[in-house]
Amino acid sequence: VASQAQSKALAYTQGELADATRSRRWLSETVEVDWPDEERRFMPGNEALAEAAIRAGCRFFAGYPITPSTEILEHMAKRLPEVGGVCMFPGTEIEGITMAQGAAGAGVRAMTASTSTAFSLMQETIAECANGQWPVVIVNMCRGALQGDYYQTVKGGGHGDYQPIVLAPQNGQEMVDLTQDAFWLAERYRHPVLIFGDSVLAHVTETVVFRRRDEPELPEKTWATDATPGRSRRGVSYLGHTGLSTDIAHGVLRGLEKLDLIAQHEVRYETGFLDDAEVVAVAFGTAARYAKYAILEMRKKGVKIGYFRPITLSPYPSGALHEVAAGRKAIICLELNNGQMIHDVRSAVFGAAPVYAPRLGVQGRGFGDAPSVAELVQAFTAVAAEAGKKEARQS
Amino acid sequence: MTRSIDGTALRLVRGRPEGLTGATHSLCPGCGEAIAGRVITEVLDEMGLREKAVLACGVGCYIQLTNLMDIDFQQSLHGRAPAMATGIKRAVPEALVFTIQGDGDLFSEGVTEAVQAATRAENITVICFNNGVTGETGGHMTAASVVGQRTKTTLEGRSGAEQGRPLNMAELLASIEGTCFSARTSVNKPSEIQKAKRCLRRAFESQLAGEGFSYVEIITMCPTGWFMEPVEAIDFVDEVFSKTHHLTVVKDRRDRSGAGR
Repeated sequence: VASQAQSKALAYTQGELADATRSRRWLSETVEVDWPDEERRFMPGNEALAEAAIRAGCRFFAGYPITPSTEILEHMAKRLPEVGGVCMFPGTEIEGITMAQGAAGAGVRAMTASTSTAFSLMQETIAECANGQWPVVIVNMCRGALQGDYYQTVKGGGHGDYQPIVLAPQNGQEMVDLTQDAFWLAERYRHPVLIFGDSVLAHVTETVVFRRRDEPELPEKTWATDATPGRSRRGVSYLGHTGLSTDIAHGVLRGLEKLDLIAQHEVRYETGFLDDAEVVAVAFGTAARYAKYAILEMRKKGVKIGYFRPITLSPYPSGALHEVAAGRKAIICLELNNGQMIHDVRSAVFGAAPVYAPRLGVQGRGFGDAPSVAELVQAFTAVAAEAGKKEARQS
Repeated sequence: MTRSIDGTALRLVRGRPEGLTGATHSLCPGCGEAIAGRVITEVLDEMGLREKAVLACGVGCYIQLTNLMDIDFQQSLHGRAPAMATGIKRAVPEALVFTIQGDGDLFSEGVTEAVQAATRAENITVICFNNGVTGETGGHMTAASVVGQRTKTTLEGRSGAEQGRPLNMAELLASIEGTCFSARTSVNKPSEIQKAKRCLRRAFESQLAGEGFSYVEIITMCPTGWFMEPVEAIDFVDEVFSKTHHLTVVKDRRDRSGAGR
């Protein structure tokens, strides 16, 4: 007797149920959703992110399951049809991001989500989206060493001369807020926006608040290939031969102007306890959250330590960090990997203060593990002591 | 009204299709892709679909068509066009969405995308210009190259023992349930051009009727990649290339007899 759980498959096999696969799901503009002004929910990070995307107008998602980003796909598969959207289950991640690219090029808010290894597969398309100006939102929920994908997410592994916008949430609420911002940023600059999370952010269940959004006005999508009759033809392309304004020379020029604009208007960071801080810890995402617990404990003991948290990893808040670093005894770079963001921190600080990176041995802890607060307090205290000694020697 | 030098009025018998932008191209003399591009444009014009059409273009010599055809397009990465077309079609279901890909793009780089799209019975049309070489890079072997075919990477001719035997994409895709139409044609002579137009029309009709995935392969002469004169290339299609890649309607779900044309 076949399982009750697969009763439909059994009925179909026995000829008692017609195949319903012919009824396809298209994007439907008829479903109007009236979101509440404010809604409080208790949700795992992935679900919060997916729900936030839907409430920000995302109507196309294509994804392949991979731990720890799978729940984004699950939530989209369930929720998108309810709001008239489309959720696709491609055969590969490369197909998935390409579908999102095509939908975004047709003018729809589109997203894909994946994890480290499969995110590597998407690099070619991410680069193409940046250079050819496809406004796709791409999520990387990093596995293993929690921030081991800093390079491939922030610097990218794709071809050509490109810099995506990269947002790094630190908790469930920011998974909501930054995801919603991501869609606006993608369309404002016609640029791919990456959200860099990890397995802690993906799976920790927290209270989040969804608020009704009043987005600042966006430019009209005069490039979207939406097959509207009665206008001149449109093309989205990074290659030449198009005869349209997206040819290589224009694209690159606009690219540089665009990167300047993004760097001017969209750099985000958070600071704390800087007034009297002798030592400043720099960390993002989950690492920043751990660092804050450690810093609060050290503050209780009177240690003058502050923090600096980049929220945009690209563009990196280099100017702000340089100003913060001036006159401090030490800058500590904390990241949950073998040392990747340290290079951005060093180039931002640029000699304004000595930079330290505690060795925490994150690798080998397995999925989703991070250093304990006690370990961090110990590591930060050691750096503060070392910096104090150095200063004493110099004076 | 155009007049000849003695002043008599000339009647336009055959002009540039309305659907061409008038831009020039740099395809080689004798290339079949320019003819195939014109054939597609004519069919779109005849069916009144130009303003509904969106092209997801693969990567090969034929990307020049994006500048020649007066339709919306998105430029895909190599091999990925059916996935891009899927995204466009799902987002804009009223559009006529098709890809143009070469055999390097489809047979070699992008088998997954096409097979998955056919498996989903995706309502798109995949058009493949098959000439058995990666023409844009200078004529190298693809999965479609016929046994014995000399290319830049098989100077002594493709060996079935060494490089394997060619892939027949029209037959492969026809074997998938979601494919409603699969045919292989050529543009090496007027009769074949007319057959190509009929196949394209049939494929576009099936897409508009929501019947599923449709595939039209057009064998395009590549004198440069085949190391021969344009006139020889026309005969090469008949005498050699089509002996491996047969010119036939492999599958037409509307044709219950299954006999092809």
